Amino acid sequence: MLAALVIVFREIIEAGLIVGIVLAATQGVPRRGLWVGYGVLGGALGACLVAACAGRLASLFQGAGQDLFNAGILLLAVGMLTWHNVWMASHGRVMAQEMRKVGAAVAAGRKPLAALSIVCGVAVLREGSEIVLFLYSIAASGHTPVAAMAAGGALGLLAGACLSGLMYLGLVTVPARHLFRVASGLITLLAAGLAAQAIALIQQAGYFEVLTSTVWDSSWLLGDDSLAGRLVHTLIGYTAKPCGAQLAAYLGTIGVIVALMRFLPSASAKGAPCRSK
Amino acid sequence: MSAFTVHRATWLTLCLLLGIPAAHGEEPASIEVTIKDHRFTPAEVHVKTGKPTFLVVTNLDSTPEEFEMLQLAIEKVIPGGTKARIRVRPLGPGRYAFIGDFHKDLAQGAIISE
Repeated sequence: MLAALVIVFREIIEAGLIVGIVLAATQGVPRRGLWVGYGVLGGALGACLVAACAGRLASLFQGAGQDLFNAGILLLAVGMLTWHNVWMASHGRVMAQEMRKVGAAVAAGRKPLAALSIVCGVAVLREGSEIVLFLYSIAASGHTPVAAMAAGGALGLLAGACLSGLMYLGLVTVPARHLFRVASGLITLLAAGLAAQAIALIQQAGYFEVLTSTVWDSSWLLGDDSLAGRLVHTLIGYTAKPCGAQLAAYLGTIGVIVALMRFLPSASAKGAPCRSK
Repeated sequence: MSAFTVHRATWLTLCLLLGIPAAHGEEPASIEVTIKDHRFTPAEVHVKTGKPTFLVVTNLDSTPEEFEMLQLAIEKVIPGGTKARIRVRPLGPGRYAFIGDFHKDLAQGAIISE
């Protein structure tokens, strides 16, 4: 029962923190709950599908199918988070400052909402498939009664949801005028962490063998397997022994997002919403 | 960065894009580990410090297991009755624990780098 509680809790907070950041970032956008809900539901269905196909997936690409699949969906999330940040940087400020009209906000907020809906879906898909496989594995090995497993899983779900909820509530206490900046920052670090994870998955599959040596070891300070380590890993991609390629992916992602946010022409140029010829 | 390393990086990227394993140069050593009744055999494997290794983990149980070495960011689900090939990057000297996350009270092992 304890094992089920711990694993379900851990996976739920990993997905829950991401959903929490998305909810905080879309504070005040109408119908965001619906979009996030679709993402979570789609992710949960996808998780069952992925778990059911785990055997077939694993045997693709000479055993690297699972790693490449996971890396692929993580990179999809990185792309969506990047797009959201860049879009918000060029449209968001004007939207928040000038267009208080609900209709305009709905139309304007929909595009990045779709992207963030996919991000929620990916987070739930990845963590959820692990929960499904784990519970199946426990149930099939017959060591633990199913009732105890279900109780542990339910408690883990509850505890994970509570912690994710607390983080969300903490985030939305940030004053509205800073929330945009805080949310962009969190999403940038989240994307960078996911990009670093994707590189690690590609390398564990035996591809892209460059910059594979460990750059530093901070496990004495914050271990990867502690709860705090896990939280910081999910939020900002912390890992105690990063290799060069992970670090490069991390910094590269931050660099690309910041550059795009800063240098792409802003859609909010004064008095000229779009510079058509 | 020399022209050679650039060339090698390009080639590896190409391999990655085409889904071809980069199977040239010196092939890293492979070490076999099996999972049976949620335990690793052998529970300790030895690798040469500074050399990459492939761990080939065969899950003889009927249930899935998740092979995990958190400190190296390695996480891989191994469905029952299947085999996974996991690249372990060159390690500094020391002991690197791995676990089967789905049965971590039983499934424990370590790589000794020396």
